[in-house]
Formats: sequence, C-alpha cells, structure tokens
Amino acid sequence: MYAVKTDKLCKRRGEFLLDGISLELPKGYILGLVGENGAGKSTFISLLLGMLRPDAGSISILGSSDNSVALKNDIGVVLSEPFMPQCMNASMIDKMYTGIYKNWQSDTFFRYIKQFNVPDNKVFSALSRGNKMKLAIASALSHDAKLLILDEATSGLDPIVRDDILDVLYDFTSDDEHSILISSHITGDLERLCDYIAFIHKGRIILSGEKDEICESYVKLSCSNAELKSLDKDALIGVRRGEYSDEVIAKRNALCGLTGAPVSLEELFLYMVKYGEEEK
Amino acid sequence: MVIKINNRSGEPIYQQLYNAIRDAVISGEIKENEPLPSIRAIAKDLRISVITSKRAYDDLERDGYIYTIAGKGSFAAVRDAGLIREENLKKIEAHIKEAIRLADETGIEYFVLHEIMRILEEN
Repeated sequence: MYAVKTDKLCKRRGEFLLDGISLELPKGYILGLVGENGAGKSTFISLLLGMLRPDAGSISILGSSDNSVALKNDIGVVLSEPFMPQCMNASMIDKMYTGIYKNWQSDTFFRYIKQFNVPDNKVFSALSRGNKMKLAIASALSHDAKLLILDEATSGLDPIVRDDILDVLYDFTSDDEHSILISSHITGDLERLCDYIAFIHKGRIILSGEKDEICESYVKLSCSNAELKSLDKDALIGVRRGEYSDEVIAKRNALCGLTGAPVSLEELFLYMVKYGEEEK
Repeated sequence: MVIKINNRSGEPIYQQLYNAIRDAVISGEIKENEPLPSIRAIAKDLRISVITSKRAYDDLERDGYIYTIAGKGSFAAVRDAGLIREENLKKIEAHIKEAIRLADETGIEYFVLHEIMRILEEN
C-alpha cells in the first residue's frame, strides 16, 4: 500500500507549470522532495492537501482519493509558514485542536511542547521561528496521524533545532504504519533520513528512486579534457569546467577505468540542475 | 555490539552495517538465537534510512548469518563452521589474487611466491 501515490499530476499557476508528477511513497517509509525555491514543491504539496485542484492527473493518499475530512484526520501537516492564530498560546491552541481533530491527544501535545522547550505562556506571534516550527510539529504529531507532510519544515532553523526535529521524525517512523513526505532545499537533513528521494526542477521530476541506489549509481571525479572526452556523453550528469581540470559527476558504470568519489545528494542535485543543462 | 558508520568512506552504509553485524555473529559477540535490534530501531539509532538497514538485514539473512521470524524480528543464526570456513576461503582467495597481481606487475616469478609461503609456514 502507498501512503502517497500521484499519477501524471499537472497544475498551471500563471507562468508556472507543474508537469506530470508521478511519485510513489510506500507505507512506512520517508520520501524527500528536493528542489530549489520555486521548483514546484509547495504547489505539489498544496495539491496533495486539496488546497489546490489539479488540472489533470490523480492523487491517492493512504489508499483513498476522496480528499475527505476523515482523511485529513490521518494527515499531520507542517507548512513552511506555520499557520496558527497569532494571538493564541499553547494551551489555547490545544483547546482549538480538541474541537478540530477527532483523535486530538492533549497529553501528547504537551509532552512535545515540554520536550521541545517551547514556552507555553507566550502567544504564537511572540515565538521565535524555531519555536513556531516546533509548535506546528507538535500539533501535527498529536492527532494520531499516519502520514506526516512537511514543507520546508527545517529551513531557516538552527542546526540544534533541526537535529531535535530529525530525532522526532525518526521516532515517528519507528511505527511501520507511519510515513513521511518531507520537502526541503537543504539536502543535508535528508541525506540520511530519507528512504526515497525525488528531485524536482522547473515543475518536473528529474530524478527519483531509492536514495541508496541513487547515491551508489553516481560518482564525482576530477578529470582532464582528454579524459572527459573519453567518457560516454550519455553517462555525464553534469560538468563544471575549470581552467586546470573539469569536475564531473557521471554514472558509476561508465567510468572506463577512471576512479571517482562518492557523491552527496547536494552535489548530485547541483550538477544535474546547474551544470547539466549547458552540456546538452 | 559496536557499529561504526562512516559517511565519508566510499563503502555503502548498508555494507558497513552488514559487516558489523556479520562480524558480531561470527565472533560470537551476538550469541546464537539471540535477538537483533529491529530494522527500525537500528535505523533510528544510527540515523540511517530504514531501507538501508533493511537491505543489510536482507543480505545477512540471504547469507545465513541471521534468520527472521515474521512478527518477532531477527535473530543471530546458529553458527555454521562450514559457512565461516567458506567465508574465510573467499577472503584468502582474494588476498592471493592480489599477491599474484602484484607479482605480475613487476615480473616476480610465481616460484618466489611459493618460496615466501614456505618460509612463512616454517615460522
């Protein structure tokens, strides 16, 4: 069963076109959506949540495609700009959600608030960005959700808070009924956590699959012009040309005797997007 | 059991995890039929993805170092002397191949290799 499955999802918003997104997140796993600002990550997530209607294509979440209230009870959402009434403090937010979510658990909520050290007497607008995010994550985790959707939830946060959040995400997926879809332009956070990765660029998926397989399939190497010419053009992902040597990311199985170093998601994404297109 | 994961070594993480658990099973550090941590617990503790740890466990099971009971988890397999012998033979073969490669590189004749072997044995 899939926690999230989309098929050829399309949406036009002015100049921008989200073009045929087909993605699958099997239940119990974590999918990281990587893309630069404006690549279409948030549009995609808005479509998943029913905040936008697709022009074409289909969406299935937790095996259902009816976009119902019952389904929303099973989804925990954290958006990059957490939306909460500005004048409410933690206990007022708790009361509010008691009336919204069928399975709201106040004790879980306050346990997270305490664990995250979020001041519970301050109103939402007076909290720091980190604390706003933590409060939003605490809310998303306190109504027995089976799917967590996080849009840029760790961007703009300091490394210590990001690390706290990663811990909580690992806790969440210790239950194999739980799945996470997380979008970010900071790939470092996703590097270890995610089971699946999808790169999104200009509204299209340019690469997706199991993270381990992806990382193993490519290598980075520094080579001379002659060596670069000896490589199969189709095996090149991106080339950063330099005066003295060229930095190349290529498919591992097409190296013709050259050796390369393991590649990080960030490098792979950068080379695909920035140094890939000018070659072709 | 100590499991060290090095992100920067070229070796894939699932392979590092595989090696650590295999060594612990072979050395007897994990006793026969002793339960192993769950795939999800170990992923969380090492901060690796669930698929990565699952792949290591799948390979360990395929190679006979652990066995899995549905709903109960994974356990260290009964240590099979034949299996360990087989494993060591594979390693020895790899080392000898490397020795031959080095010999070929500089034209060292094979009788010299036999000679080295004989001297080492005597010691």
